[in-house]
Amino acid sequence: MRLIRPSTLLLTLSVTLVPLVLLALMTGPVLISPAGLAGAVAGLFGVPDSAAATQEGLILFSIRLPRVLLAGFVGVSLAVCGAAMQGLFRNPLADPSLIGVSSGASAGASLMIVLGGGVLLQGGQFAGLSMVALGAFCGGFLAVVLVYRLATSSTGTSVATMLLAGIAISALAGALNSLFAFVADDEMLRRISLWQMGSLDAANWPRVWIAAAAVVLVMSLIPRDAAALNAFLLGESEARHLGIAVDVVKRRLILLTAMAIGISVAVAGTIAFVGLVVPHMVRLLIGTDHRYLIPASALAGAILLIVADATARVVGAPAELPAGILTALLGAPFFFSLLAQGRKEGVA
Amino acid sequence: MSLCTHKVSLQLAGIPLLGDIDIDVRPGQITTILGPNGAGKTSLLRVLVGELSPQSGLVSLNGREIRKWSAQQRARSLAVLPQHSLLDFPFTAQEVVMLGRTPHQTGFAHDRDIVAQALKSVDGDYLAQRIYTQLSGGEKQRVHLARVLAQIWEPSSEGERYLILDEPTSSFDLAHQQLTLQVVRHLANKGVGVLMVIHDLNLAARCSDQMMLMQCGRIVVSGMPHEVLRQDIITQVFQVDATIGTHPVSGTPLVIT
Repeated sequence: MRLIRPSTLLLTLSVTLVPLVLLALMTGPVLISPAGLAGAVAGLFGVPDSAAATQEGLILFSIRLPRVLLAGFVGVSLAVCGAAMQGLFRNPLADPSLIGVSSGASAGASLMIVLGGGVLLQGGQFAGLSMVALGAFCGGFLAVVLVYRLATSSTGTSVATMLLAGIAISALAGALNSLFAFVADDEMLRRISLWQMGSLDAANWPRVWIAAAAVVLVMSLIPRDAAALNAFLLGESEARHLGIAVDVVKRRLILLTAMAIGISVAVAGTIAFVGLVVPHMVRLLIGTDHRYLIPASALAGAILLIVADATARVVGAPAELPAGILTALLGAPFFFSLLAQGRKEGVA
Repeated sequence: MSLCTHKVSLQLAGIPLLGDIDIDVRPGQITTILGPNGAGKTSLLRVLVGELSPQSGLVSLNGREIRKWSAQQRARSLAVLPQHSLLDFPFTAQEVVMLGRTPHQTGFAHDRDIVAQALKSVDGDYLAQRIYTQLSGGEKQRVHLARVLAQIWEPSSEGERYLILDEPTSSFDLAHQQLTLQVVRHLANKGVGVLMVIHDLNLAARCSDQMMLMQCGRIVVSGMPHEVLRQDIITQVFQVDATIGTHPVSGTPLVIT
């Protein structure tokens, strides 16, 4: 009935992830051979080495590794939060942007880019960049808090109202975003639109640690609600009848998603498609049980974004494509084939 | 020990929905609620499961106020089968029934056995590996019946068990209507208190130990089937002419309209 067994998929994804990470580390404008990779790792452990290996080590540890890790962590956050939102909204086409986080973050980032050009950028490029990230996080989080507050009354939080509030807040944030783009000059405009395509080229170790913190939180808390998410699919009152503290779970998942997606958008821009399609693809393969769906989505999200980012580095070298474009370009055909197959098997 | 209300009144947005409801769902008995559309049957169910809080009166489960139970404790002794399900995800039927074990921590192997038995008891063992979204309406409803059975399959640490069913037979053919009533009777014989909202007066007459007839948010009459299904009462509540006969085999009242 199912295309493959959950355990098979989990194993396949885990086994695939390791060589893909190594491959992604070697790929880029400067190709690093497997021997170079081994040499650099040996250099890390104090084994004396040649100057060439040191240069490769520099590229690996201060450019490639943070970037690959960042791609992986952001992929995990996006995919797992996507799975949680689809469960919460009982809609396989839901994704974190539904609760306003992406558009809020875009507006926050645009505001910072526009302001930064005038006042804040004197402090240097790096300060300007992190102000943008901070603006994105605050914008995204603020949007979700507003949506949640709008949908919460004395009788609890209505998922339907949340959906509508999400649309309204997204529209508002979109309008603000357009307003900022309108007052921006050409340089800012280009930064705004590049930022919105999502890219990992600003990866550095501080960003990796922030994204890692988000992944630790998400992966230690969301899987605990797997049984609750399964019950949610029956409807909220049935979930309550099955002993789920519905409003507590809902608030926890919304806050976690706002936090994790806010961080993802802050460090990598809006990368569309991963949160929507990864959980959906995994569901087509192994079914709906969130106990498997969540870890499998995490692995698949990491893989998709690592591959998309590595590809982004080589196809247009020495220039780079934004990874957000590639996640869609790579993921969509795969998704189509799964949909077609699922239709044949009658599960889609 | 029972699931009962005492003088419950409920208003929603200023409109009175229930007035002075006293009902007592006793373990080991089948209680049915009848009444025309809009009589307040579903509101009463929602009050009984703690989903709506009445403005006055008391709802208690096994001697303790319903709102004081934690969701999980309550779910171990009270299962609810709704009229419609919103489920639209490709679970297998077996996984849907397994959801009934959510409030328990009895281990996967044990739960799997219960799920298999529950599916078998609703004539659904052949559905186990089928995808829920591809089942017919009647099959889906049987899967959900198996799910609530699995939820209260074993005696609970929280006291007597209760099952509430909202029009459980509405999408069933004749054979499965009978099957449902047999399953429910079997459950009552094991000591579970059953409360059913049902529209078919004759089905209700066949299976009820206790009947309640509701109209405009109040209980008009309650008692044994022959005390409730009387010509004058049927005419007054349902506004149709009816003749009351006797079922040739079971001897229960037979309402002919």
